[in-house]
Amino acid sequence: MAAVVKPPEAPAAKRGGLRAWLYKRLPIEEFISTQLTGYYAPKNFNFWYYFGVLSIVVLALQLLTGIYLTMFYKPGAATSFESVQFIMREVDYGWLIRYIHSTGASAFFLVVYLHMFRALLYGSYKPPRELLWVIGMLVYIALMAEAFMGYVLPWGNMSYWAAQVIVNLFGTIPWIGPGLVEWIRGDYGIADATLNRFFALHVVAVPLALLLLVVLHLVALRRAGSNNPDGIEIKEKLGPDGHPLDGIPFHPYYTVKDTVGVGVFFVLFAIVVFFAPTLGGYFLEHANFEPANPLSTPPEITPSWYFTPFYAILRAVPNQRLGALLLLLAVIAYLFLPWLDRSPVKSMRYKGWLSRLFFALFVAAFLGLMYAGLNPPEGAFVTLGRVCAVFYFAYFVLMPVYTRLETAKPAPERVRFHAHT
Amino acid sequence: MAVSGVITDGEIDVDESRRKLLVAATAAVGAVGAAFTAAAFVESWTPSESALALGAPTELDLAQVEPGQMVVTVWRRQPIYVVHRTAEMLAGLAGHDSLLKDPTSEDSDQPPYAANALRSRVPQYLVLIGTCTHLGCLPKPHFAPHDPQIGAYWPGGWLCPCHGSRFDLAGRVFEGSPASVNLRVPPYSFASARKLVIGADPA
Repeated sequence: MAAVVKPPEAPAAKRGGLRAWLYKRLPIEEFISTQLTGYYAPKNFNFWYYFGVLSIVVLALQLLTGIYLTMFYKPGAATSFESVQFIMREVDYGWLIRYIHSTGASAFFLVVYLHMFRALLYGSYKPPRELLWVIGMLVYIALMAEAFMGYVLPWGNMSYWAAQVIVNLFGTIPWIGPGLVEWIRGDYGIADATLNRFFALHVVAVPLALLLLVVLHLVALRRAGSNNPDGIEIKEKLGPDGHPLDGIPFHPYYTVKDTVGVGVFFVLFAIVVFFAPTLGGYFLEHANFEPANPLSTPPEITPSWYFTPFYAILRAVPNQRLGALLLLLAVIAYLFLPWLDRSPVKSMRYKGWLSRLFFALFVAAFLGLMYAGLNPPEGAFVTLGRVCAVFYFAYFVLMPVYTRLETAKPAPERVRFHAHT
Repeated sequence: MAVSGVITDGEIDVDESRRKLLVAATAAVGAVGAAFTAAAFVESWTPSESALALGAPTELDLAQVEPGQMVVTVWRRQPIYVVHRTAEMLAGLAGHDSLLKDPTSEDSDQPPYAANALRSRVPQYLVLIGTCTHLGCLPKPHFAPHDPQIGAYWPGGWLCPCHGSRFDLAGRVFEGSPASVNLRVPPYSFASARKLVIGADPA
């Protein structure tokens, strides 16, 4: 059962002053004692457990820099491109704020992908964490929408054509498609109306949804408790004090650990921001340095690196409706993982070799699709995309089969980790 | 007799069915109101009157379209390709039907007067919406036949730089392209021998 955490006894009644006044009116002490010092996390977290907290750090960074960018950015087909130039050239440290925001977008996806990899590796999506996983995937989908619409705002030529291609994806929906596309654009083409509604969604609507979903994600995490590299439930082995034997208080143990990770992250982040903010065209694409031009497609349309796996799947199919459908399935397939995985154990440490093989192929396919999507849709890249797409979907579609066929090793009773002495 | 809603012996005698009906009726009225209110927000995203007005027909002087050339004009924010096809170009349209997805344009989008083999009102002038039917990029003209970059079979046409869709000089899509249907033909008419009107086709 859940760790019983006693509410603090009459918290600040004996003390006086501002602290007591505050604590009487806000449940600060209860929050600290139940969520931080009284929240027991498994003691065997490893490197892969940095990326949840890093996602929150990057979210905060994006909100801060995003708010400042809106102070100087002017949405509108006639003003957007100019105002971004204004930010870069005229606003004091405007370049820094924008580069943090653009690098932050890529960093966000990087840490979220590593966070998801961790969940797949240790089976964190399995019961009792199905809803935690589903909410996390909704965060990811909201993040995709946020990144896409943010990409359109500078109104460079890549912005324009990315909007054209992505909005037209909705046109492949039978019957309602063409009308839906016109409704999204608010014009006969991608235009001022489209840009302004994307601005509103990027700056207000989606961030609010993201924040709400992140809070729900954390609430669901607190309910189920963190998974761990051994994939066993630490709540099942409680000590005499009612706390999990294999758990340690989140604060100070993991707050200190995470602080180190955040520090290292900021060093790497700063190197990109200061020395390679475009990262050779991967973080900021060269074709976006010229204004939107409805009569000139950039020589090669490739989305940002974090969307290329899905883009490669779209391009691998020589039929537009099927391509768009597979792209959609490639994103939402993750939502069904808790019910596709029939293995008796959670962690890859104890799963059989079939699970390991399909997971390794899946990771290779994801990276292969990413590579194919960054290159022109010709010859070997199309073939690579098709082969990788097969292994990508095989991971999901065959999961109920291979997780049942294989023999899993028994998971241990207690976490197999011993502190260094 | 217990009167509904009256406290008798410390308990409320509630008419459950009446309460359910009232709650359901209130919820139903509320839902209708919410739906009508939502309609206003949904409707706000449709193209404005000024955007619609900018969608009026546009004209093109055909004298500037030399034989064998393509001129790009704009109608409804979409590029319109106008090609003056030569006799050789028209001859090159025959003989590769087996390589096409929709050679007779049955599944494609065009006005009835362009639903023919040449996909045009008059053979020499081809008028197309220049956005790829796949995802809306601009196919680039490669009018020279047998382009070594594309293949010996190539009869001349367009190649989309985004996802590699290929179209012939009637805008018909080749097998193996991600696009499923031919390039669209806008409504158009000839106001005079040399004036093309795009967006209007009085019967």
